[in-house]
Amino acid sequence: MSEEITLRKFDQFAEHSSSGEPSEIHIEAKDFSLFYGDFEAVRKVSLKIPRRMVTAMIGPSGCGKSTLLRSINRMNDLIPSTHAKGEMVFDGHNIYDRNIDVVTLRSRVGMVFQKPNVFPKSIFDNVAYGPRLQGITNKQQLSEIVETSLRQAAIWNEVKDRLSSNALGMSGGQQQRLCIARALAIKPEILLMDEPTSALDPKATAKIEDLIGELRENYTIIIVTHNMQQAARVSDLTAFMYEGVLVEFGKTKQLFTNPKNIQTENYITGRFG
Amino acid sequence: MAKHLEKELDRLKKLIYSLSARVDENLELAVKSFQENDAELARKIIDADHEIDDLEVEVEEECLKALALYQPVAIDLRFIIAVMKMNSDLERIGDLASDIAKNGMYINQSRKPKIPLDLHQMTYLAKAIVRKSLDSLLNIDAYLAREVLKDDEEINSMKAEMKAEIVEALQREPEHAEVLITLLAVTHRLERIGDHACNIAEDVIYMVEADIVRHQFDE
Repeated sequence: MSEEITLRKFDQFAEHSSSGEPSEIHIEAKDFSLFYGDFEAVRKVSLKIPRRMVTAMIGPSGCGKSTLLRSINRMNDLIPSTHAKGEMVFDGHNIYDRNIDVVTLRSRVGMVFQKPNVFPKSIFDNVAYGPRLQGITNKQQLSEIVETSLRQAAIWNEVKDRLSSNALGMSGGQQQRLCIARALAIKPEILLMDEPTSALDPKATAKIEDLIGELRENYTIIIVTHNMQQAARVSDLTAFMYEGVLVEFGKTKQLFTNPKNIQTENYITGRFG
Repeated sequence: MAKHLEKELDRLKKLIYSLSARVDENLELAVKSFQENDAELARKIIDADHEIDDLEVEVEEECLKALALYQPVAIDLRFIIAVMKMNSDLERIGDLASDIAKNGMYINQSRKPKIPLDLHQMTYLAKAIVRKSLDSLLNIDAYLAREVLKDDEEINSMKAEMKAEIVEALQREPEHAEVLITLLAVTHRLERIGDHACNIAEDVIYMVEADIVRHQFDE
């Protein structure tokens, strides 16, 4: 990680985390529980996620943080025997209501996974995949979307001369940024990131973290990470979960210097978990 | 990893405690050498100051190592930051003690002013405030630390009184100007010792409560 990147990042995030102005709430969980069969993986979580901020979720394995993240765009629906209780309110609607169109929901709440999952297609086709599904066929329009998305994902300069090459030929870090570009191409409002850098080396990780800093200007980002330093570096707010329960949720700066809850303190200082 | 950090923090705790003990002892002996006109003891203290300096460097190196290797957070981070800061305050108290021993030697060798100026109470207070700040560190006691901040006001006003007396003595006995000015320097050093004890107490409060109380008590 170059010093320049680190310093820039520090300024950017310092500025964000110190503005303590109340932000508009983008998504809100109200007594939200998610069950796998009888097992309550997320237990009556209530939290308000502000718009255009980065919210990190931390906690030991199996604490329910990924389940909660995946609940925000109903990814858990794909697992049989899951059901939800309580509400997950997005844009004034409970996304678990019967009349909610999941496909539309997922186009507004994009997701990036732990391992880059590019399609075995060209770089261009990877990014154009979503817009094409949405019915956009105009080549000019598609090209514009692809370029904008790749620029936003900070990978345009690296791939602009080989858009027709197979995406599988890219490095892991590039593939992950391509996945971010692919998620951005359908113009979501919220970007969910499930351990987006756990498969990447420190340099590629730094690039993704920088990118998160830039994307927060336009998107609400929720990131699950096992890397606590990463949560501290990139997020404005941090939620600590343990055994399905939201233990503490607050400003990242405060949570990492003076956590209110002893469980949070023990976890972030490595005394348990 | 937590175990490694815990070992490191234990080591740091032991180091800062032994530095505190050394500083406390040197201050005690410096005042004693001055009051009992013991030049040999004074020299011993002046010579031993480098041991405190060495210990200060060691503490700082350990802090930097812990920060770089373990990226501590919450109480661990606050502890290391507090130790780093009180480390330099302790070293400064060590320097001031050695300076007092030096000044004491000079004053004791010189001709005394006719009206003796008594520094007993001020030295007693300075020693007590340092001891109290170190106790607040050892017991991680923010309540005791807050008392230190109050006690410092007493030293400050005592210094002002001493200064007025010395200025008066200077006008009365200008032939003793050098001794009197050295005496004034000693009162200044004792007052500075109080300030450093306050800094230590503020760091203890920060460590316990994560609250930066600096400048709140300046009135």
